[in-house]
Amino acid sequence: MSNGAGALDGASSVDAAALAKQARDGNLDPHALLDATFHAMNRVEGGARPLNAFLHRDEQGARSDAANLRAGGGETRSLFGVPVAVKDNIATLRMPTGCGSRILEGYVSPFEATVVTRLREAGALIVAKTNMDEFAMGSSTENSAYGPTRNPLDLDRVPGGSSGGSAAAVAAGVVRIAIGSETGGSVRQPASFCGVVGVKPTYGRVSRYGLVAFASSLDQVGVFGRNVDDAALGLEAIAGHDRMDSTSDRRDAPALRPTSTTRTSALPLAGTVIGRPVEYFPESLDAGVRATCDRALDALRLLGAEVRDVSLPHTDLAIPVYYIVAPAEASSNLARFDGVRYGMRVELDALRSMYEATRSQGFGAEVTRRIVLGTYVLSAGYYDAYYLRAQEVRRRIRRDFLNVFSSGVQVLFTPTAPTTAFRLGAVSDPYELYLSDIFTVTANLAGVPAMSLPVGRVEGLPVGGQLIAAHWDEATMFGVAAALERALGESAHR
Amino acid sequence: MTDYELVVGLEVHCQLKTRTKLFCGCRTSFGDAPNQNTCPVCLALPGALPVLNARAVELGVRASLALGCTVHRVSVFARKNYFYPDLPKGYQISQFDRPLATGGSVETGLGRGDGARVALTRVHLEEDAGKSVHDRFAGMSAIDLNRAGTPLVEIVSEPEIRSAAAAGGYLRTLKQILEYTEVSDANMEEGSLRVDVNISVRPRGASALGTKTEIKNLNSFSNVERAIEVEFARQCAVLESGQHVEQQTLLWDDVRNTTRPARSKEGSHDYRYFPEPDLPPLVLDSAWIGGQREMLPELPAAKRARFAAQYGLASSEIEQLSVAPALAAHFEAVAGASGDPKRAANWLLGVLLASLNASGLTVDTHPVSAQRLGVLIRLEADGVLSNSAARQLFGLLEREDAEPLALAKREGLLKVSDDDALCAWIEQVLAEFPAEATRFLAGEAKLQGVLVGHVMKKSKGAADPRKVNQLLAARATG
Repeated sequence: MSNGAGALDGASSVDAAALAKQARDGNLDPHALLDATFHAMNRVEGGARPLNAFLHRDEQGARSDAANLRAGGGETRSLFGVPVAVKDNIATLRMPTGCGSRILEGYVSPFEATVVTRLREAGALIVAKTNMDEFAMGSSTENSAYGPTRNPLDLDRVPGGSSGGSAAAVAAGVVRIAIGSETGGSVRQPASFCGVVGVKPTYGRVSRYGLVAFASSLDQVGVFGRNVDDAALGLEAIAGHDRMDSTSDRRDAPALRPTSTTRTSALPLAGTVIGRPVEYFPESLDAGVRATCDRALDALRLLGAEVRDVSLPHTDLAIPVYYIVAPAEASSNLARFDGVRYGMRVELDALRSMYEATRSQGFGAEVTRRIVLGTYVLSAGYYDAYYLRAQEVRRRIRRDFLNVFSSGVQVLFTPTAPTTAFRLGAVSDPYELYLSDIFTVTANLAGVPAMSLPVGRVEGLPVGGQLIAAHWDEATMFGVAAALERALGESAHR
Repeated sequence: MTDYELVVGLEVHCQLKTRTKLFCGCRTSFGDAPNQNTCPVCLALPGALPVLNARAVELGVRASLALGCTVHRVSVFARKNYFYPDLPKGYQISQFDRPLATGGSVETGLGRGDGARVALTRVHLEEDAGKSVHDRFAGMSAIDLNRAGTPLVEIVSEPEIRSAAAAGGYLRTLKQILEYTEVSDANMEEGSLRVDVNISVRPRGASALGTKTEIKNLNSFSNVERAIEVEFARQCAVLESGQHVEQQTLLWDDVRNTTRPARSKEGSHDYRYFPEPDLPPLVLDSAWIGGQREMLPELPAAKRARFAAQYGLASSEIEQLSVAPALAAHFEAVAGASGDPKRAANWLLGVLLASLNASGLTVDTHPVSAQRLGVLIRLEADGVLSNSAARQLFGLLEREDAEPLALAKREGLLKVSDDDALCAWIEQVLAEFPAEATRFLAGEAKLQGVLVGHVMKKSKGAADPRKVNQLLAARATG
């Protein structure tokens, strides 16, 4: 059944930080790491049922970067020689940036995303671009123009989405760190489905320059890691102000990796108040998911935390609000794919027919659906009733979080997704699929940081527990995540 | 037509004088090879993001303050969505419900003292689109995105303009203010100032507005005035015949002196404006706005008032001198150097302007500097040079970088009042014109002027005519 779980020949069973240290100290040849990585990639993509997690590979570029790691400050590179995979909607110079769409098939960006530059400066070797739902619209990676990605833990199931390729790449052991992007849960939900760690930082923490926009006010680059420390190491490398992104915050990137005291303390969460938002544990919640999350909450209590029931009263409005705001922005962001300057063009004599043919043949069904929806809610006569009202409700959702975090609660704990990974093709109703993000969209709407980490399994399938912190408080969130991960140990993966 | 009242509002797009574009570092210069001044941002490549040009904000604020607007501490960029090949993002970043500034007014009289004021609705910042080129390649259109992302301010007036002449006056005043504040080159022919006219008519005395049309494609102030007159007559005729004016966009046809409907009905667009999520609201510090206000240069109206009070010039002279700040500043420099403002005004508006027009130079590049012109004028005022000698000297100064007095001496242009020299010229003239000399010496005094003229000519203008007159009169009676 499994084609990748435990296959650590690409990523090794050693933390990314330890790998980087060994490579930095000269005890590990980055080229040997790359050999293992591409070998693992070939293995998971070969055979009768390939993962289909990787759309483009760049062995030559990765090896060239590996040869130059010692140049200019090599001794300080935190990701020295660590192979990293990047989602296909993040601009890279040496591989196409196609966003899983026909309309950008073969498009190579002449500039590099800030996150990719920072990863490379930190010593990361960018090995591949990963599969995704077209323009990050979807929750299963089934909306890719290049075919669905499989879940490495069960090849008949979806990896979640839209960053399913990156999640699968880490879960299959090909890389220890992968970059994804979030608009409504596209890192956390696949992390939950694939049993890895996925983090969405505070809006503004990581530059969006070079991330192909889906919904600009919600989009944020996120990180997958095989464990909490890997995710922290990856996020540390890409966080921080970028003047090319006007929505990027000026604050310095925080240190996220737990200190030795929290590692060794018996009650590392003494004095920490964990909120349990009641709206995220509805009657209808899958019994297995609920039981797994309850065990994680028990573990948090045993670590010294106080677990307190709290309320985020506008939670039930999050999905409708999200499906107004995100398509509205998407309808505008995707207008540039018009066949005029780059990407696909259906050659027709009249301008208008060229536009229509290019866009209707270039975009898939889900993207088209959201463009139509977004155009509608911004139209004269509907703007006030939909977009403006949605913005008002969005402010209330944000206020819910501000209220909770000013009441003494530092971190919230919830299930990441209402279910475990479902079977490929099992969810065909778009609205049912939208509900897969019901616990994750709120953090995007409010702009707060959130992450998912494995907390156990139901019928062999991973369950993710979600931690949500106040704006800019990733450090506390990572502290709780690291303590919980250590307390759960192997039980998180059983 | 006299039964109808004309109602006009103007939308002026004005290119800000920045070195780089509104949201990227590309140069704003014109005349470069197509698509040379482009980058991922202004080409709207996937993943590119806008970064606001602080200098453009400063110029927009300066224009708003000079027009008497209230500059808002918080304004918001918005996306105006429409598909067009020269609009790379598929939307224009503009400002919509929260513009940079509101209020303010523009006087229509331009210093003629009959200035009605037209209230402004708003001033906002936005980016320009690129250019579609339809005549370069057979059967194809080409796109040049050098202009895409160039910063503009849009200045919108209330529909308070009641005549074509007032529209012209409004535009001339506005252009002058934009030039004085160095916000824009404000040149309609070059496209750095573009005017759209909203025009409607209504029965005289009515308070409701009639259906408006919008006229585009206007490339000079006089075309704006003519287009308004033509469209006013057309709308009046439509109403007279019992029909209704159709709301539409019209293009001005300069050659046929008429308006014609634009192909696409732009009025029917739904632009789906919404706040630009890639840019935070533009927040300006009140103290900074106050500082910008203090840094405003003297504006045209204030300058005209000061010129009248300080230099005692005629209003026609003031109007001409204050047309452009560079000319006004040059006048003040020449007036200072010469010590004779009245004479300085005459020289600038007469000799210097003619020379500028003939040479295509500007006051700053003209070889006769303010300092040298001032010295020349002083020599004339002090009676050292006659007017004609001074004009000759001006011509010499255009060609030679010499000190005016030294050059006048070298060329023998100084007014000669030495009796011996003058008497010698007089005797030569009397010898050359014996008939006139005889009659003059016989008492025909009216011939004196003719003889003075001959002496002046012989002296190449250097003779002091007052002394020549005295000496001739003495010769006749002596």
